Amino acid sequence: MQHPLSPSRIRSGLSLALCFCAFAWRAFAEGPDSIPNTFAPASTPTHEIFDLSLFALTVTGAIFVSVAALLTFVCIRYHNSRSNPTNEPPQVYGSLQVELAWTVIPILIVVVLFLTTARIIFAIQDEPEPANALNVTVIGHQFWWEFRYPSYGIVTANELHIPVSTPQQPEPTFLRLISADVDHSFWVPQLAGKTDLIPNHPNELWMDPHEPGLYLGQCAQFCGVEHAKMLIRVYADTPADFAAWIKDQQQPASNDPAVAVGRRIFETQACMVCHTIKGTRALGTVGPDLTHLMSRATLAAGAALNTPANLRAWVENPATFKPGCLMPAMHLSNQQVDALVAYLSTLR
Amino acid sequence: MSDQTIPVSGSLQAAYPQRGTMLEWLHGWIVTVDHKKLGILYITYALFFLLVGGVEAMLIRIQLMAPHNHVISPEMYDELFTMHGTTMVFLVGMPILFGFANYLVPIMIGARDMAFPRLNAFSFWLTAFGGLLLYYSFLGGFGLYGMGNAPDVGWFAYAPLTGKVFSPGHNVDYWALALIVSGFGTVGTAINIIATTVSLRCKGMTFFRMPLFVWILLVVSALTLVTITPLTAAQVMLLLDRYLGAHFFDAQAGGSPMLWIHFFWIFGHPEVYVLVLPAFAIANEVIPVFSRKAIFGYPAMVAASVGIGFTSLAVWAHHMFTVGMSSAGNSFFVISTMVVGIFTGIKVFNWLATMWGGSITFSTPMLFCTGFLFQFLIAGLTGIMLAVAPWDWQLHNSYFLIAHFHYALVGAIIMCIFAGFYYWFPKATGRMMSETLGKWHFWVFVIGFHMTFDTMHFVGLLGMPRSIYTYEPNRGWDTLNLIISIGAFVQAVGVLIFVWNLVHSYVRGKLAGPDPWDAWTLEWATPSPPPSYNFVVEPEVRSRRPLWDIKHPNDPDWKYEQ
Repeated sequence: MQHPLSPSRIRSGLSLALCFCAFAWRAFAEGPDSIPNTFAPASTPTHEIFDLSLFALTVTGAIFVSVAALLTFVCIRYHNSRSNPTNEPPQVYGSLQVELAWTVIPILIVVVLFLTTARIIFAIQDEPEPANALNVTVIGHQFWWEFRYPSYGIVTANELHIPVSTPQQPEPTFLRLISADVDHSFWVPQLAGKTDLIPNHPNELWMDPHEPGLYLGQCAQFCGVEHAKMLIRVYADTPADFAAWIKDQQQPASNDPAVAVGRRIFETQACMVCHTIKGTRALGTVGPDLTHLMSRATLAAGAALNTPANLRAWVENPATFKPGCLMPAMHLSNQQVDALVAYLSTLR
Repeated sequence: MSDQTIPVSGSLQAAYPQRGTMLEWLHGWIVTVDHKKLGILYITYALFFLLVGGVEAMLIRIQLMAPHNHVISPEMYDELFTMHGTTMVFLVGMPILFGFANYLVPIMIGARDMAFPRLNAFSFWLTAFGGLLLYYSFLGGFGLYGMGNAPDVGWFAYAPLTGKVFSPGHNVDYWALALIVSGFGTVGTAINIIATTVSLRCKGMTFFRMPLFVWILLVVSALTLVTITPLTAAQVMLLLDRYLGAHFFDAQAGGSPMLWIHFFWIFGHPEVYVLVLPAFAIANEVIPVFSRKAIFGYPAMVAASVGIGFTSLAVWAHHMFTVGMSSAGNSFFVISTMVVGIFTGIKVFNWLATMWGGSITFSTPMLFCTGFLFQFLIAGLTGIMLAVAPWDWQLHNSYFLIAHFHYALVGAIIMCIFAGFYYWFPKATGRMMSETLGKWHFWVFVIGFHMTFDTMHFVGLLGMPRSIYTYEPNRGWDTLNLIISIGAFVQAVGVLIFVWNLVHSYVRGKLAGPDPWDAWTLEWATPSPPPSYNFVVEPEVRSRRPLWDIKHPNDPDWKYEQ
């Protein structure tokens, strides 16, 4: 008679629960686009990784099922329910044949898995860069991302725009990853596996989104206090949208005389030490380029939506959204903050 | 069977000496050089920090229960996860396993103590002071931030975040100095265990008659010597960087942060096996006894342990698939990592074969070992998934990785440690632990464990990275994180049942007698608890299971062992 809570029964229950979890999770994985699901690939490298992961899951899943079944069987079959065993079972000390078998079979599995893996490593990592590829330099900062487009003369932050790459019109993006301070890691799960940004050690990463849309990610290497608020938004634009975005970004900053007071505050306070606004005296490179601040959907590397209220709160005291971030509160008067926010709001 | 000492030649029948005054008792524990007392000190110390590390984990889980939670500040969160990791590895995992080793290795090989008893005591107190120094950081040395100075750079402490520029307080100094101090203690114990096994084995105890527990601790100690040293070296270099203007890791002066990553994982990966091999060692003792069969394939088990030891030195860069190594480099570390899977596979199959045809009783130690087998199987397979480098580019530093190594550290190591407690507690104290409380402990803990760590895999696959103090809503992570947190609390209840069981059984437990499990290795030939110096006369053994030979004079092991 088996105890209702015997380990074997619990184990089979748990396996069932695991399967259920897998299904439930699969169902909601189809849900909103805001989930950076590693199993919803949207580019060539992530598709290759996804296919490889399915293969690895199948192999490991098969091993799991067979070994767990064996374990369960052993626990049930050889369970001694008598409290006082009289005889010891026959003693077996080993068997060369079976031991050879369970050494050789895993070796064969490992060889197959290794060869498959190595093929994908080389396919993704050593992919040659086509002539028409877009080059972007990604610079990791404590706690934000700088994106430079050398061929277009554009500098922006935290929201990366890249063109969609279709089989008819392939245009992959090659990122050069460098760091301005500590280690970071660039991870947008649907577009590419993560790659670290390490000072004095430039890395490369490429992605070719197949569908236009917004892809989310974030820093994946602990980089300090606000590591959690170092989010990435990648917009994959249609060729027309991308060209329009490039054209907008190449414009100098708007110079609206109605907000000259705010601009003057920006240029005379410490703002200009860290930030650049093209066409003004502000040429700082410590913080994000603000020339087209209003073209971005979020503030502070995704910590808050770019709304007038949030912008004001951010300028007044950055710790509201990001305690520990490197931008200090400037202790400006209310009128100064109003004027400054009015100016910043014109930077489209 | 259980009320009498097994008549191995040389076992001591003398009664345990009377307790003196409280002060004498305390003095006795502090100046002791007895390997058993030191073993118990190690274990008690580690158990205390297990609770502390557990409280840190609970605080982490409270903070992550819901998105945009503000229970703890980001700075505090960074300190908590750094201290949780550092504590669990250096102040819990290693001391508790070395505690078991200290207690059991000499007695299992029929020796009267460790080879260097005074070094043994010195090593323990170094380790203990290392731990105290680490925790003093919460109180002492107020730095630039005007709050505690607990380490806050992750237990991996990647440069250059640890440089003076980015960590201006004394957080990093506490981390480095505390681990250097406790590292010296660890190296001392490792040398001691090697010397003991090599030179103090009793008559007839050849290398191939040593219990597997002792074999594995020999491998672990050798591994400790080659892993702790690079970490200590790297930490000294880090302190030179911080205070004497060296530029090993200082990127702004042309140093190499990559160098730190290599150093850390050259330590860090073998360290994983330093922790997990003793867990295997415990399973190697418990599974045969409760299956009533000799371990299947003893030579293969020894070979696999030694194999894991050597292979573990060549796999460190599988922690580094995302740092931008060449494709050939990545491929090398894929294959070397998968080779570890072959060795551990051999072990799992041998355990299964030991149980096969046996007469298994699921007493609490065996229950925990069965849980270990199941959970270690999953930990191993997710390890294979992480070894698939391109997939690792997705999984690395996500909660999937956290789930994987907690499956190994909690699901395998802690489970085996619990098994070890229930199995050897009667030997060390003379009293049985409560089976009823033990079963409650097992089931509550296992249910909490699976709620927490199974769910972590999924939240990782959905793109949640580690080390973040909060996360955005609407990413599919909210419900899963809530489940993870609830599971953590269920586990905490399990651990509290365990602690209660320890205390309760120490005072009220059933008397155990020398050999309550009807076991086969030499420690069960001594009274419980064993007297100082264990054996009056050196015992003599003729096989791997000396007590089996005595209990079955017509069918002794030495007739069959090669």
